[in-house]
This record gives sequence, structure tokens and C-alpha cells, in this order.
Amino acid sequence: MKRKTSAMTTATDLPSPLRFDLALFPALLALGFIAALIEVARSPDPAMVVQAWTFMACMGGIGIFYLATYAGGLPREERTGYATNVIKAGVVASMFWGIAGMLVGVIIALQLSFPNLFYFPDLPWTNFGRLRPLHTSAVIFAFGGNVLIATSFYVVQRTCKARLFGGSLPWFVFWGYNTFIVLAGTGYLLGVTQAREYAEPEWYADLWLTIVWVGYLATFLGTIVKRKEPHIYVANWFFLAFIATIAVLHIVNNLALPVSLLETKSVSLFSGVQDALIQWWYGHNAVGFFLTAGFLGIMYYFVPKRADRPVYSYRLSIVHFWTLIFIYIWAGPHHLLYTALPDWAQTLGMTFSVILWMPSWGGMINGLMTLSGAWDKLRTDPVLRMLVVSVAFYGMSTFEGPVMSVRTVNALSHYTNWTIGHVHSGALGWVGYVSFGALYCLVPWLWNKKKLYSNALVEWHFWVSTLGIVLYITSMWVAGIMQGLMWRAYNDYGFLEYSFVETVQAMHPYYVIRTIGGLLYLGGVLIMAYNLWRTVRSSETAATEPAVAPLAALEAAQ
Amino acid sequence: MSKPDIDHVSGTETTGHEWDGIRELNTPLPRWWVGLFYLCIIWAIGYWIVMPAWPGITGYTHGILNRSQRDVVTAEVDALKAARHARETELAHASLQQIQSNPDLLQFAMAAGRTTFADNCAACHGAGGQGGHGYPNLNDDVWLWGGTLADIEHTITVGVRSTDPNTRQSQMPAFGRDGILKPEQIDDLTEYVVHISGRAANAPAVARAAKLFADNCAACHGPAGKGNQEMGAPNLTDNDWLYGPTRADIRDQIWNGRGGVMPTWAGRLSPEEIKALAVYVHSMGGGE
Repeated sequence: MKRKTSAMTTATDLPSPLRFDLALFPALLALGFIAALIEVARSPDPAMVVQAWTFMACMGGIGIFYLATYAGGLPREERTGYATNVIKAGVVASMFWGIAGMLVGVIIALQLSFPNLFYFPDLPWTNFGRLRPLHTSAVIFAFGGNVLIATSFYVVQRTCKARLFGGSLPWFVFWGYNTFIVLAGTGYLLGVTQAREYAEPEWYADLWLTIVWVGYLATFLGTIVKRKEPHIYVANWFFLAFIATIAVLHIVNNLALPVSLLETKSVSLFSGVQDALIQWWYGHNAVGFFLTAGFLGIMYYFVPKRADRPVYSYRLSIVHFWTLIFIYIWAGPHHLLYTALPDWAQTLGMTFSVILWMPSWGGMINGLMTLSGAWDKLRTDPVLRMLVVSVAFYGMSTFEGPVMSVRTVNALSHYTNWTIGHVHSGALGWVGYVSFGALYCLVPWLWNKKKLYSNALVEWHFWVSTLGIVLYITSMWVAGIMQGLMWRAYNDYGFLEYSFVETVQAMHPYYVIRTIGGLLYLGGVLIMAYNLWRTVRSSETAATEPAVAPLAALEAAQ
Repeated sequence: MSKPDIDHVSGTETTGHEWDGIRELNTPLPRWWVGLFYLCIIWAIGYWIVMPAWPGITGYTHGILNRSQRDVVTAEVDALKAARHARETELAHASLQQIQSNPDLLQFAMAAGRTTFADNCAACHGAGGQGGHGYPNLNDDVWLWGGTLADIEHTITVGVRSTDPNTRQSQMPAFGRDGILKPEQIDDLTEYVVHISGRAANAPAVARAAKLFADNCAACHGPAGKGNQEMGAPNLTDNDWLYGPTRADIRDQIWNGRGGVMPTWAGRLSPEEIKALAVYVHSMGGGE
């Protein structure tokens, strides 16, 4: 199938320079700046003061960016073609946060492996309890979130043949989202947390994210509304489901009353087991809609594009999309098996998790089978191989998930390192690889280069990180199952066979292996960063037939 | 939009849509996929029929089995208690000699004591009971509150300076911090304590401190400094030190009068567990 390089048909629909967004966003930044200024001046909470200074700096920085970009009238990009600069920024931010988040992951893995060496009681911000959410948020929300913003902005424009909606709105989404990341991450280091997994940021950061997320939804939906294609491509269904559902999850799970408007602390509106259920309804669907639906959107564009093959089955994409989003939302209670949650709610969580198996696998089938007729490309194209292996890991972890949600299996696996292994087979294998694959595609496309700087380095990245994943997940499987068995072992006299500290000691070799796995994975990403950097810096621009560069095509047409 | 055509590689019809060069095949749903999906749903319906599953207005469907995790746990705990009961009762009333002469009972007590110790005591006393700075070593034959089985059992039950009304209680005054003695007097007393622990000390200082010791220390530590387990006062002559052996350590202790806290375990551990723990601690090397 030959790529179609259609002439760009969408210039910006709004006249310049008096545009709604160019008044609204500076006003919003100014309001944010003033609110932070009040906090700095009046707050009795030292953590709030630091957070407010940070926020002020971000607002100021974004303000300067707006001035530099729009003071001289609309930038050329906004008048001529697809928005690409904001996507470039998203790619750079993804790589930055990816390296930062994975580095923190290696550090906390070292802390668990050698607790005596990596323990600094005089530096509270280095404590495992503060670094652990920094790691999870940095890799999920900072790395994953920026990848999703960048790829969704790219994909929705190409598959709708329309420029991103909202003028400077996409830039607001990008900078606003990254401001949230900075606010959240520095907050954790200061000890500011709601203590809700994957929802640790406090009320003010949550409010800010809500504003940003509405902007994201508006950008995406607006672009779809003004599309020049009769149908909405399947990748966009997944992106839209991700954005809309995350909005609902985020708002409901973060319903909280601040102790004072001048302090960081807030109290959840829910209590007891209801609170736990809301939290895991959120937590599991963050996995389902952020890390699954969103990244399936990436898969549905980049796999067929890279393999240059049609999507395997349109019907399967419809059926698995609707079943996935209908069933995923029920699965949260499987995080609370054998807790105070009523038996009936546990049953529903478990059974819907098992029903979810095939809807999840629909995406895997569509991803893998799209390769039919192009399997030979896996030998020569490590980027496509990465994308395909990511789908394989997706299939593996979406099988493991339903298995672990079964009560009797969960009785063994819950609270053990098996869960950590499961999460990382999804995170490193699926989310990581599909993101790397997409970024390897995007960089030459966005920067208008013929190809990547080095295919050999992609091969190195692939094999080094694959070894890292294998070490990581196998060590955690062994450690987790061993841990579960040790916890439940009774001796002949009816007493626990092992004390807790003995089970911790038994983890040591596996923690060390996990650290090595994490180091290899991080090493792979550093190779990638170098490769992408050299690609961007290379002087070899794409010649006559750019893969996807409508701006160039448009200029050629003029 | 182009009309549906045939993909030449697979021979399958496309849907005719195209987005940025991406087309879609009109492949039907894989039959194994549909089959497994239905199978999972049927299994779930079966599970709902036998287990508690769907909520209503005032209750929920209990299922044929009417299973309750709470009942299962209660039954398992009861079974465990029943299995332990005979030996626990025997242990509760057994003397040290009886326990030591009954291998089965001794093993039972040690099995219970080992994990109970590791989960509750090791954090302060060390995994092997070796103690640490400010935390008594349980392997030696130096006992603050007595090393018989009954003494150990009682100490575990009530704790030391704990919240229990019957707690073991001793308080050494902070002679320096509270200004009871002058700094130079404390220097002399330090030399005196070094002297009675059998080490070389400054003779004039020791001579000066003899009366000070008799007036301030002997009431608890005894006229010869041999200590008193009734009051938890350590023996100062055995050269075994809770807070360190150096002159600086000793001076620091006279100055500040430190005392550690051990929680009461009554209520947290059952009397049988405490008895087993006492047997375990007694066996560590220094039991009397």
C-alpha cells in the first residue's frame, strides 16, 4: 500500500491574532500566578510555600513562552499546516521524564536490595516512601502521559486530516500537564501526599490537572469534530475513551476537602471501605484507560503504519473496543479481595476481570495479525519488532491479570512481588515498548529526517532492554511466589514457619537481579535517547517523499 | 472514499475506509476468540449462581453456597486453635522442669516462640537476641529483672516502663541534668564505677566518690554495686554494659539516667504465646 501524501486542506479556521485562546490562557496563567503568590505570602505550611513558588515559576515560564511565541503574531506553523512543534515538545518531555522516572526506579530497587547502603536518615526526601510514588508517577504520568499527549496529537491530526483544534490550546495542555507533573513530583519529595496509589497529588495539583484535562479533551474532541474524514479511525476511539474516562476517574477519586485553602493537606470525602473501593475503581481503571486504552490507540496507528499493512479486523476492533471499555470499569474490586469489601463486590470484580480476558486479547490479535504478510520485516526492522513484542507483552500481562484476579490465586499473589512483576511486564514490556516504537517512528517524521541515525543502536536497545525485562519479571515471579508460600507456611505445631523478617531476607537475591534488570532497561533507554538526539541533529533531511510531512508537501504545492 | 476492495496479501476484503494510508480488513471475528469470550461469560454466570454476587436494594444474592470469607477465616482460625489447644493448655501449667523433660512440649514451645520472637522482639533485641546499644542482650546470663522462666514471662507480660499498670518500673535519676550532683562529683563517681567493674581507675577520685556512691547509688545498686533484680538495678561489677563500657558512656548514664522502654505484650500476645516466648528466651543461653 502506497502512502498517500495528500495536500494539506486545513489552515486554521480562526482569524488571527484576536483569538479567544490567546486571551484566555494568559489570563489563566495570571490567575494561577496570583493564587500562588497569595499562598507564598499567607500560607503557614512550608511545603505549600515551596509548592507555590514552584507553581509560580512554572506559570512565569509558560507566560514567557506565550509571549515569545505569539507576541509577533501567529507563528508560521499555526497558519500553514499540522501542529508539530507541540508534538516535538512532547517527544522531548517523554524522553526526559522516561529517563528520570526509570532512574528513580533503579534507585529504589537499590534501596530494597541494599537497605543499609541507600538509607540516608538525614535526607528525608531520599526515603523509599517518598521516592516510590515519584517513580510510579514519573514513569506512568510523566513519561506515559507525555507519550500519550504527543502521539494522540499526532495521530488525531493525520487520521482526521485536520489541524489540532484550539489554536494555542494544545500548548496549554502540554505545558499545563508538565506543570502538574513538576508540582506532583516535588510535592512527593516534600512529603505532600494523599496516600492514594497513583493519585498521590494533593487537592490543588488535582484542581490544576482538571483544568488542563478539560483542555486536552477539548483539543482532541474539537479536532475530531472538524475532521475532513467521514469516519473516526479506531485509534481515536481509544484515545477519546482514555481522555474521557480519566477525567471522570480523576475527579471522583480526588473528591476531597482541603483542611485549609492555605495548606497542602486534604481529607477524602469517602471513608473506610467505600474509600478503598473508589480508590481501586480509580486505580484499576488508570491501568485500564491510561495504560491500556491510550496505548492501544498508539498501537492502532503505529503498527499498521510501520508494517505498511491494513488493520487485521475492523469488526474485532469494534467488538473489543466496546467490550473492553464496558467490562474494564467493573474490575477494580479485584484489588481488594480478602479485605473488608463485601463478598459480592469481590465476586463481581473477579468475574468481570476474567470476562475481560478476551476483550483485552482482541487488541493483541488485531496488533499481531496486522503483521500477516509482513512478518519478514521483523528481521530487518527493530522498531517494528519492538512494537510487535510490546503487543506480545500486552497479551501476556492481560492473561496474567485475570489469572491473578481469581480469588484462590490472589490469596497467594496479593501483596507479594508477583504483583510488582505483573505490573512491570505490562509497564516495561507493553507500555514501554509501544512508546519506544512510536517515538522511534515519530522523531524522523517530525524532524523531517530520512531515517533514524542508527538501526544498530535500536537493535542494541531492543536486546539490552529485553534482557532487562526478562530478568525483572522472572525474578519477581520467583520472589513473589516464594514470598506468598513463606507467608502461609505453618509448621507441624500450627505456628507460622517463617517470621516476616525471614521472608524479607529471602527476597535479597531476587531484588538484586531485579535491580540489574532495571539497570539494563534504563541503559536501553539511554541508548535510545542518544540515537534520537543524533537523528535530530543529523543533516540528512527527508528528500522528495517525506513519510508524513504535510507542511513540506503543502510548501511544495505552493 | 474508495470502495471496498481486496487486500492481495490476505485475499480479504477491506472496509473501504482509509486514514492516512491505513486501511482495515473486513476479517470476521476469530471463532476461537468468540468461543472463549462466551465461555468466560458462562463461567462467570455459573460463579454468580453459586457465590454471593449481585447487590439489590436491601441485600445481595447469596448464591447456592452462601459463602462468606468471614466464616471461612473463623473456621480456619478455630481449627488452628483446636489443633494447638491440648499442648497450649499443657504448656500453660507446666514448670520449667516439666517442659524440659517433655521433648514434644519443648519443641512446641520453641516452634511458637521462634516466630513470635522474630516478629515481635527481634526489632530491638536483634534477630539472635544479641541486643544492642540500650537493648539488653538475651543470650548472656546478665538479667536486669531476673532470668528464671517466671521472671522472663512476667517481664514480657507487663513490659518495662510500659503502659501496663503493673509494669516493671525503675527510674535512675538524671544526676547531672537535674543538678543533683556537681559535674566534678559525677567525674569521681565515673571513676568509682570503673573501679568496681574491675578496671584501673584514678585512686583519689575513687576515694572521694565512696561516700557519694553510698549516699546516691547504693540504695538501688547495692552497697557493693552488685545490682538488685527486684528493682531492675543493673550489676555494676560484672563489666557488662547496657549503654557502653567507656568512661564517657558511664558518665553520660550518670548524667542523664537513661532507661529504655519495653511494651507490655499482654493483650497483643496470648498468655500461651507469652509462655512459649519465655521458654524460647530462657533457652537462648542465659536462662536461670
